[in-house]
Amino acid sequence: MSGPLISLGILVLGAILSALCGRRSLAAAGVALVSVSLAAAAGMPTALRVLVTGRAVSWRAPWSLPWGSLSLALDPLSAFFIAFILMLAVPFAFYGRGYLARHRGSSWQSLSWSLYQILVASMVLVVSAADGLLLLMAWEAMSVASLFLVIHDHEEEGVLKDGLVYAVAAHLGVAALLGLFALWGGWAGSLRFADLSAVPLSRGASWTLFLLAVAGFGSKAGLVPFHVWLPKAHPAAPSHVSALMSGVMIKMGIYGILRILLLLGGWQPGWGYLLLAMGGSSALLGVLYALGQHDLKRLLAYHSVENVGIITIGIGAGVLARTAGMGIASLLAFMGALLHVLNHGLFKGLLFCGGGAAAQASGTREMDALGGLLKRMPWTGTSFLVGSMAICALPPLNGFASEFLIYSGLLSGALSGRAAPSLVLFFSVPVLALAGGLALACFAKAFGVVFLGEPRSAPAREAKEASRWMTAPMLALASACLAIGLMAPLMVPLLRAPASALAGGTAAAGGEGAAAVLAKVALVGWALLLLAAILLALRWLLLRGRTVSKAPTWGCGFSAPTARMQYTASSFAEPLLGPLRGVLRPRVHLIEPRGLFPESGSFSSHLDDWADKILYEPLFGGAANLAGRVRPLQQGRLQLYLLYTLLALIALLLWQVLA
Amino acid sequence: MNPVVPRLLAPISALVLAPLLLGLIGRVKAMMGARRGAPLLQPYRDLARLLGKGEVLSTTATLLFRLAPVAVLASTAAALFLLPAGPLPPVLSFPGDLLLLAYLLALGRFGTLAAAMDTGSAFEGMGASREAAFSALSEPALFLALGGLAWARHDLSLGGLLGGGSTAGLARQAPALGLFTAALFLLLLAENSRIPVDDPATHLELTMIHEVMVLDHSGPTFAAILYGASLKLWIFASLLVSVWIPAGLPAWASAGLYAAGMALVAVSVGLVESLTARLKLAKVPRFLALAGVLAGLGCLVLFAGGRP
Repeated sequence: MSGPLISLGILVLGAILSALCGRRSLAAAGVALVSVSLAAAAGMPTALRVLVTGRAVSWRAPWSLPWGSLSLALDPLSAFFIAFILMLAVPFAFYGRGYLARHRGSSWQSLSWSLYQILVASMVLVVSAADGLLLLMAWEAMSVASLFLVIHDHEEEGVLKDGLVYAVAAHLGVAALLGLFALWGGWAGSLRFADLSAVPLSRGASWTLFLLAVAGFGSKAGLVPFHVWLPKAHPAAPSHVSALMSGVMIKMGIYGILRILLLLGGWQPGWGYLLLAMGGSSALLGVLYALGQHDLKRLLAYHSVENVGIITIGIGAGVLARTAGMGIASLLAFMGALLHVLNHGLFKGLLFCGGGAAAQASGTREMDALGGLLKRMPWTGTSFLVGSMAICALPPLNGFASEFLIYSGLLSGALSGRAAPSLVLFFSVPVLALAGGLALACFAKAFGVVFLGEPRSAPAREAKEASRWMTAPMLALASACLAIGLMAPLMVPLLRAPASALAGGTAAAGGEGAAAVLAKVALVGWALLLLAAILLALRWLLLRGRTVSKAPTWGCGFSAPTARMQYTASSFAEPLLGPLRGVLRPRVHLIEPRGLFPESGSFSSHLDDWADKILYEPLFGGAANLAGRVRPLQQGRLQLYLLYTLLALIALLLWQVLA
Repeated sequence: MNPVVPRLLAPISALVLAPLLLGLIGRVKAMMGARRGAPLLQPYRDLARLLGKGEVLSTTATLLFRLAPVAVLASTAAALFLLPAGPLPPVLSFPGDLLLLAYLLALGRFGTLAAAMDTGSAFEGMGASREAAFSALSEPALFLALGGLAWARHDLSLGGLLGGGSTAGLARQAPALGLFTAALFLLLLAENSRIPVDDPATHLELTMIHEVMVLDHSGPTFAAILYGASLKLWIFASLLVSVWIPAGLPAWASAGLYAAGMALVAVSVGLVESLTARLKLAKVPRFLALAGVLAGLGCLVLFAGGRP
């Protein structure tokens, strides 16, 4: 257990040192890079050992907390998430060093580096806490640290408002978690996980706890309908923070759901159905809203909703398959969900880094003002391409390996019969497939509009490649995506222990079967690369000595094409979103060209979130209305408050007398 | 005999014969239109002619424009290694390889879309946008049909779910298999840019889907694209035909049935192209939804009947 404790110590020390750097923000960044790297080096060996051997370690401080204890434990599930957090915090920090270099010299930035380390430390503490109260404290530290990281660019318009939405959403989530642990701790008499899992629960009680966990942890994960904060907060943050939040922090919600499932025991099939429904709707709505975006980082944020949905489909399938006695299907689904946690961290982090670099180089996140960046930023563009292909689950990249495991879990559960669980698993397959197809359309659009073709504005034309601080981490992440895809069977030993803990332990054979199948998937990946190499060589041989000339793009007879005539992000998505106009209801501003010699015309569309409009606006509008009505009670006059006290005392007296 | 050689026969026969399907479709269309038409082997001549040429590259395009068609052909060819062909088993078979097949085709699609966007042409962007939309909508139908077949044969590998049916089982499950076949045939038309979804012979760029995306390619690279398209048609036709070939036939009968089936698919495509008009673009999603509904109905019929 000493490894993660040392990591925590290093991170806290680094946070203090960074905060002390004041205006020397480059020094603060240097401290952060050293501390995050050292923390990873200290924590990874322990985590990997627990993962491979499957033997948990724990540690308990002799101090006592009121209602809680300072006890930490590292079982395979925690170890998986610790390794995941520490591994990804490093490249994002290096990228951030380059990303923030433009506005160095502000003490606000040193503070931001300090908060970055606190965020990493609090996430490590969240996944290693073995006590409800400690988990809640770490959770709150995580929310607050990330909130202040989000509002780093608070002078910019709208950032504070988005931060406010995030703060409210985070605390509504915490409210559900407080309810969860208060109820459960009340029944168990303690908040230590060992005591919580020992208390016998009625069916209704375990349903209540499960629903509270899904609301509390699901809001952090960004599951529909708790997702509205995510596409607001993530784009507002600096890109390395977006990468850390979208790639890593939202997975703490996934960890929470898995942890509560492990502690609860006595799973109900209904939980599986609920998780599948929430996962499926998150996957589909996430990708549909992503298609409608033309802000690059907001598009990526909606894809986090989609991918959390895919992970949740895996978890739901695992729960359902286990309750139906389909051990291998459950194991495959949980392995897929866990691997997708890691993979999504890699490629979504990479995409946020790439998108952030493109936006910084051209000064806008508006996709319709970008274009042609692959020529100007070859490293960023290539990394973004790899990330796009990985998120579309295209072989031979890592996204395919994890989605393959999830699909395999769904299908092998579906094949086992025609009872309700099998049928639900079967019909989850086309949902996942549709989300996959839409994701491919969306990333063909994102990569194509931003990086290919001709620049659509002057700043995009003058964009320059990002610094090495930024390109090196992106290339490292892209290589990791490729490596996991080509060496997928090597991931199975890391997934087996946590997944079989979730799937019910006895499914070791399933793990070996999965490794054998993934080996064949990887083999096809290698074959694909070999085939492509052979074909390239053939093309080169054929074209040797022949004329290969350059000419402008064929304009179908039109001789004066301009960059403005290219398909834009909005026009690209039209064939998919047009038929759904009645459901998604985009706001459209159209000024039609009029007359024989029209001078101007314009079109723009905005896709507002459905959950915002029909769920949260009425809810918060109602709350504000109610608050307005009771406001006259609060006048700020001392006499009035004394009167309230008197009235309250009289009411208490009457209650005592009458009772 | 070395067991590797007969295994490689399936992909090799596909690699050699795939352009013949296009030739056959062309012959049928010519006969239906009472034209003399191009000879059966015209697709091979086109490929040979293109392979002998130089290339013209767009000044807007990047290296990606040259690499993507190669990736498209490589991924389509890799998919061939997962398919059985009549009596020939697939080269590589494992539970879940149907997913790999679907995603290899998706990889090819991504390559085509990226190369189209790379030229910066309004027309090619338009084609990419349509292709992305329509193939996303066809994905659920493909997975329903393949998943339903996997359920019917209780096997998650393409080798088993396509070739594993007994004669009695085929007769028993004929209604469901018929619905899957219909769905797969609609997908074949949509994914291979045939009428009524797209018209491979049109000359008006505004109405094109697939052809407009490859306007800027030329020479050997364009040959790779055309050849890859014929392989893709072969893959879909092979899926359709293999469903109906019973297991346990002698090798010659199975091979004969397979060849006849492939020819029948090509003739049917030619007939459909001659006898139907193109759909309005706005109606294509409904066409794809129909494929999904047919496949879903097939699954329901299957579940209602149970497994033998």
